[in-house]
Amino acid sequence: MPKSILNILSWLGLVLTLLPSVLVFIGAIDFPLHKTLMLVGTVLWFATRPLTLAKEPN
Amino acid sequence: MAHTKLQDQLESVDEFERMPVPTGKLKGLGSFIGMYAGEHTAGTEFVIGPLFVAHGVSAAGLVFGLLVGNLLAVLSWALLCAPIATKARLTLYYMLEKICGTKLTAVYNVVNALMFCFLAGSMIAVSATAVGIPFDLTMPNLSDWLPNSIGWIVAVAVVGSVTTLVAMMGYSQVARVANIAAPWMILVFIAAAIAVLPELGVTSISNFWSVANEKIWTGVPLEGQSQFTFWHVMFFAWFCNMAMHIGMADLSILRYAKKWQYGFSSATGMYVGHYIAWIASGILYSLFLYESNYSTEFAPGPVAYRAAGFAGALCVIVAGWTTANPTIYRAGLALQSIRPQWKTWRVTMVVGMITTAAACFPALVMKLLDFVALYGLILMPMGAVILIDFYVLPRMGAKSNYAETFGKRFNMAAASAWALTLIFSIVLNQAYGVEIFFLGLPGWFVAAAVYLVASRLIQKSALAAASN
Repeated sequence: MPKSILNILSWLGLVLTLLPSVLVFIGAIDFPLHKTLMLVGTVLWFATRPLTLAKEPN
Repeated sequence: MAHTKLQDQLESVDEFERMPVPTGKLKGLGSFIGMYAGEHTAGTEFVIGPLFVAHGVSAAGLVFGLLVGNLLAVLSWALLCAPIATKARLTLYYMLEKICGTKLTAVYNVVNALMFCFLAGSMIAVSATAVGIPFDLTMPNLSDWLPNSIGWIVAVAVVGSVTTLVAMMGYSQVARVANIAAPWMILVFIAAAIAVLPELGVTSISNFWSVANEKIWTGVPLEGQSQFTFWHVMFFAWFCNMAMHIGMADLSILRYAKKWQYGFSSATGMYVGHYIAWIASGILYSLFLYESNYSTEFAPGPVAYRAAGFAGALCVIVAGWTTANPTIYRAGLALQSIRPQWKTWRVTMVVGMITTAAACFPALVMKLLDFVALYGLILMPMGAVILIDFYVLPRMGAKSNYAETFGKRFNMAAASAWALTLIFSIVLNQAYGVEIFFLGLPGWFVAAAVYLVASRLIQKSALAAASN
C-alpha cells in the first residue's frame, strides 16, 4: 500500500481516538458509540503506524 | 542466520559510553521533543493523577501547583543538566566513575537498579488491574499493602513473566512499540477525560471550573489519606523526576543535544504527561469515586475501561508495559555494569523476578507518590556532586574528577555527601515531621556543601601525601 494512504489511515486512527469524545461532550453521539469508535481508531493506528514507520528512513 | 544478524546489529551500535559524543552524532531538537513527550506519558500517569484526587488537593492547588512545579522541572533540566551535558558530552555513569571512582559508582548502580525494580513493579501492578478485568478480579484498595487475593498474585505473575521475557530479548522492539503507542496513549488520556465530563455535570467549558471544585478536586482527602496542598503538588511535580534533572541521569540523553537550550524540550513531557495526563486521569478517577460512592478500591484498569472501553483498558496495559519493560532492562544493565561478564539475559531475568515479586504488593502503587519522591531524593545527591565538581571545584583551586585525577576507586567526599544528605533527610522527616516531598530542596544544598568542604579537605591531604 502506498505510504501516503497508510499515513492518511494512521492519522484517521488518531482522529477516531479523540474526536468521538468531543462528540459525546457536545451530545452529538452516545457513550457506547464513542467506545466503539475509539476501538476502531486504536486498531487502525496500530495496524498502519508500524507500516508507515517501516517505510520511513531511519 | 538470525543470530548473526542480531549480533551484527548489536555490534554496530556505538553509544559512546566512554568518550564524548562526536559532533557528527548530535541530534536535533525534534528528537528531544518526541522523546520527552513519550517518556513522560506512561503507566505512572494513571496512578499519580488519581492519587492527587485521593489526597484531597483543591482544583486551584492542582492546576497552579502543576503549572509552577513543572516549570521548575523544565528549568532544572535546561539550566542544571543540559549545560553540563552539552559541555562534557559524557554519560552519567562515566562522569560518576571519573569523579567517584568505580567502587562508589557500583554502589550507585545497585541502588539505582533497586529503584528501577520497584518502579517497574508498580507498573506491572497497574497493567495487572487491566488484565484482571475479564476475570472479575478483586482489585486492591488504597489502604492495601499486601496482596488481597490469589487471583491478584496470578495476574501480577503473568504480566511480570511476559514483561521479563520480552525484556530478556532486548530493548529495540519495546522501544519501537513505545514510540508507536506514545501519541495514541496521550490521545486516549485526553479523550477518556473529555467523554466522561458530562457525567460529572460539565455541560460546557464555562462550568468546568465549578464542577472541578465540587466533584473532582474537592479539597477533601479520602479516608485514611493525608491532605495535599498547592505546595505538595508543586514540589512533587518538580521533584518526581529529580533523579533525571537535578540528579543528572539525563546527562546520558542530553549529551546528544546540539545546544544546551534543548533542555527546554522537556516541557513537552512535563506539560503533556505531567499536566494534561495527570489532570485527565484525575477526572476519570473522580467519576469512579462518584459512581462507587467513594469506594477505596484503586485500580486504573477498570477506571480506564469505564471511560474508554477496550481502548482504555489496552492503554493501561500498554502504558504499564512500555514503562516496566525498559525499566527492567535498564535495571539489568545497571547491575551488569558491576560485573560485565554476567550474561545480560540472566541479569534481566533475576531483575524481572525481583520486580514481579515486588509488584505483588499493592503498596507499591498506593504509595507511588512517596516512592517516586524517595527515588529522586536517594539519587539526587550525586547530581549535586557532579554540579559542584564541574563548576565550583576548579574555581576554588581544587581538581575536578577526583577519582580519575588521583587514581582512586572510592571518593570519600562524594560518599560523605551522599550519606550525610540522606541522614539529614531522615532526621528532618522523622524528628521534625517534614514530608518526603519537601526534603529534596534542603537536601541538595546539604549535598553540595558537604561535597565542597570534604573535597577541599581530601584533596589537600592527598596532595600533601603525594608531596611527602
